[in-house]
Amino acid sequence: MHELGIAQAVIDLAQSQLNGRPPSALRAIGLRLGEVSGVEKDSLSFCFECLVKDTEIERVQLKIELCPLRYRCLDCGREIAGGEWQAKCPSCGATSLAGEGGDELELAYLELEAT
Amino acid sequence: MSGITTEPVGRKVLHENEKLAAGLRRQFAERGVLCLNLISAPGSGKTALLEKTLAALPAGSQVAVLTGDIQTDNDARRLARYGFPVRQITTAGTCHLDAAMVRRELDAFDAGSIDLLLIENVGNLVCPTSYDLGEAAKIVVLSVTEGDDKPLKYPGIFRKSELMILSKIDLLPYVPFDPAAAFANARRVNPQIEVLELSSLTGAGFNEWMRWLERRRSRQ
Repeated sequence: MHELGIAQAVIDLAQSQLNGRPPSALRAIGLRLGEVSGVEKDSLSFCFECLVKDTEIERVQLKIELCPLRYRCLDCGREIAGGEWQAKCPSCGATSLAGEGGDELELAYLELEAT
Repeated sequence: MSGITTEPVGRKVLHENEKLAAGLRRQFAERGVLCLNLISAPGSGKTALLEKTLAALPAGSQVAVLTGDIQTDNDARRLARYGFPVRQITTAGTCHLDAAMVRRELDAFDAGSIDLLLIENVGNLVCPTSYDLGEAAKIVVLSVTEGDDKPLKYPGIFRKSELMILSKIDLLPYVPFDPAAAFANARRVNPQIEVLELSSLTGAGFNEWMRWLERRRSRQ
């Protein structure tokens, strides 16, 4: 639902990292997106394309890496990845679980044309 | 020679918002202001809860309210009747409040004179979850006319909330809602979450809520 604002924030952040290089040098923006970040991948891609259309970064690709939900049991140390959030550790049954990933919304890298 | 180079960045997309929120949090802490961010689906009773809360506070309490909506200042007008400073943020389409909006409005209050800031977010269980407002705690409100499996459907907000308030419990005789299941589902995604149930219409459960508020203020 708020993907348009997020897409604009991605573009603004990417542009701010160019350090004087022309926007036309930008070829791709690499994004790490958590599966439980509340941001929907297809909707974000759609909004991104709408925003760059007819601009100087029209050809920039948005490359999204989806990051699964990851958490760790604070009692036995087991790491759990993927699937849905569980109330209890599948190994020891403890309820003290700490999230370690899955809510990422991070500009990971830029691909730039070398001059 | 030309080619493509990859340059690592490793920066949060909402970095700017988080920077602003961290500044707000620092400012609240320095001034001894407890800031609470109320989040729920549209129509869960956030405004009614705040009305009843403001009515129950002793006169002279140092409370201010920020209320967010996509359109209209109806909520601010409802809340202003209780004699405390209220500011409406109209987002004009945006589905959440962000730290910059809170920052802008804060200057309108005499921030030195308040010790409790209640923020009513835009009715939405998804987007406000991503935007830190510098609050000390998020409170998620779930009404009994919604599904008791909502914590499982929208785990993000239940995971990030310190307290879940079950609202409209006066309607329980008329709706197939299982409070125990709702609380169990909330604890499934967040074992630490505290829970309260109340009705803003009848006042049932309000003493517990006012006590929670008092406890949370003294912890600040």
